Amino acid sequence: MLEILGLLADGFTIVFQLQNLLLIIGGCALGLFIGAMPGLGSVNGVAILLPLTFLVPPTGAIIFLAAIYYGAMYGGAISSIMLGIPGASTAVATTFDGRPLAKQGLADLALTGAAFASFIGGTIAVILFTFFAPPLAHVALVFGAPEEFALMMLAFATFVGLGNDDLFKTLFSICIGLVLSAVGFDIISGEPRLVLWDIIGFMHGVNFLVLAIGIYGIGEMLWTVEEHVLGGGKSMMSEANVTVKRTITNIKLLAKTWKATIMGSFLGYFVGILPAAGATPGSLMAYGIAKQISKEPEKFGDGALEGVCAPEAANNAASTGSMLPMLTLGIPGSPTTAILLGGMVIWGLEPGPRLFVDHGDFVWGLIASLYAANVFALLINIAFIPVFIKILKTPFTILAPVIFVLCLIGGYAPTQDMHDVWLMLAFGIVGYLMRKLDYPLAPAVLAIVLGPLAEPALRQSLIISDGSFSIFFNRAYAGPIMVVALVLLFLPLLKMAYNKYQSVRS
Amino acid sequence: MTVRTAELLMAVMMGAFSVYLMYKSLELPIGWVEDEGPGGGAWPFWLSAVMLISCFGIIYNWFRKKGKIANSMKTYIQSHVFIEVGAVAVALIITVALFSFIGIYGALPLFLLFYLKVLGKHRWLFSITFAVVTPIIIFYFFEITLKIILPKGITEPLFLPLYKMFL
Repeated sequence: MLEILGLLADGFTIVFQLQNLLLIIGGCALGLFIGAMPGLGSVNGVAILLPLTFLVPPTGAIIFLAAIYYGAMYGGAISSIMLGIPGASTAVATTFDGRPLAKQGLADLALTGAAFASFIGGTIAVILFTFFAPPLAHVALVFGAPEEFALMMLAFATFVGLGNDDLFKTLFSICIGLVLSAVGFDIISGEPRLVLWDIIGFMHGVNFLVLAIGIYGIGEMLWTVEEHVLGGGKSMMSEANVTVKRTITNIKLLAKTWKATIMGSFLGYFVGILPAAGATPGSLMAYGIAKQISKEPEKFGDGALEGVCAPEAANNAASTGSMLPMLTLGIPGSPTTAILLGGMVIWGLEPGPRLFVDHGDFVWGLIASLYAANVFALLINIAFIPVFIKILKTPFTILAPVIFVLCLIGGYAPTQDMHDVWLMLAFGIVGYLMRKLDYPLAPAVLAIVLGPLAEPALRQSLIISDGSFSIFFNRAYAGPIMVVALVLLFLPLLKMAYNKYQSVRS
Repeated sequence: MTVRTAELLMAVMMGAFSVYLMYKSLELPIGWVEDEGPGGGAWPFWLSAVMLISCFGIIYNWFRKKGKIANSMKTYIQSHVFIEVGAVAVALIITVALFSFIGIYGALPLFLLFYLKVLGKHRWLFSITFAVVTPIIIFYFFEITLKIILPKGITEPLFLPLYKMFL
């Protein structure tokens, strides 16, 4: 306990270095802006901007990206409330009551509520994180190749068992991500492998950023262009009346929602830890429970303040929760953390429990920066609400080309190879076409990041066991993890069988 | 084309791609190699096989008309959406193709001008200013601050004095 506080204090000394402080403030502001743009969320921001961080030391880079992640979670609420369009899928639940509040002329109340709830959610989650992470990392230190592989199976199995997408499309998405990660060289024998159509560019493999920017940059923007065309290019902007006096009365009103906010924070944190769940289902669940525990459930949907606070607390808490498995186990808890994990590999850090031992300053700098990012995101959010509302009025046809340009440069920067720019464009266009058919794409991004870690883990395990898969079941930690993974993997089949049985019986 | 037709087409194409990946994986051993464990082709081969099975699953559901997508008779991409999204996609492809010839600083202004003027219908003065200023900011930020050299194509000689000044 005391030891943890000491390490956290060390982390704060890193955060309070001028450069890092500026990175947090810049990241929060940028994240708020990205989050506020309809259609763009933390994952898009982090994917597009990761190439900018190559020259900063890893600690600064992760602090910057985590601040963007955080800021985007705050920012998502702004367009949900002002436009009625979720800034990102994580802010869908915020529209349910945020929009009605804005229509009643109480946009400022909803915005302040969202900001404070986000702050409380984020803070509770980061405190939980501080005390959960070190023991978990400590347990994970004894993990060998079989445990690592079992954990990755678990991460993928959550998508199959808990995701709401089509079973086959989810499986396809996971496998294509893993196969793409195998392009280039076979890491064990050193021979060229899967050099597709014998194009030389594939010799250096498929960089995860090329896929991530393709899907979350180009693909997402094409999707947004479509929505923009379908929406007729117009949106209804609510007016917000922000004054210091009103803000103070609003904060007093907020005190009454503490129950929903705190419930949302804890729920969001624990849901966020699961790879397939995360902030979107977390915030939807928080909304549902807030309605059930409310004294006036009939007000939900017509502008209940709790209906804004609970999901906003939950989505911020979930974003912190998703960092727990990323830092301690090397398994990302969300698409955004998958990209952060890929970034860590680029910066030369090996993800996994050893991070706490070998790169303590990196880990604790990041954790401390989350505390700071929360405070800054709240302050920037409250102080600049009118500015963000102005920015939302920027025509889409100005922002879109700028984001496309950033994507093109971002696709080129990591490898400085035109081949990767073409590949990114192809992923973007195919990704857009697949998304229109409800193929889930997040599993593919997670898989391309985890692939280079999962394959050696599997092969080493099989070498240890001389080819027997029993090694994944007869070890103290790997066994139970693998069993849970298999149960989740077969959950859709069990559900189907159960439904059949029920229909036959009746 | 309806969404239902697109669903089948996509599954067939992805199935074919899976078969190609399986075939390509065969270049390395896919079975057990003595003293080495699983061969280098095993991991991608069996995963591509799961991809193929998934595609069969999608096609099976398509025949059974199971699920929202397999039943949807809506247009896959409506014509006015296709024009707009298609225009953006083609513009991006042309821009990237131009990177290698007239360089990023030749291609980006053209892309920006096209987007702002043709798709955005903004005023000429604004469009031109924006299309010129953005690449200058990009040059300062990426090439000077981050030292990421972007492709210049035939415009390379024009940048030599700038390199001398800044790099």
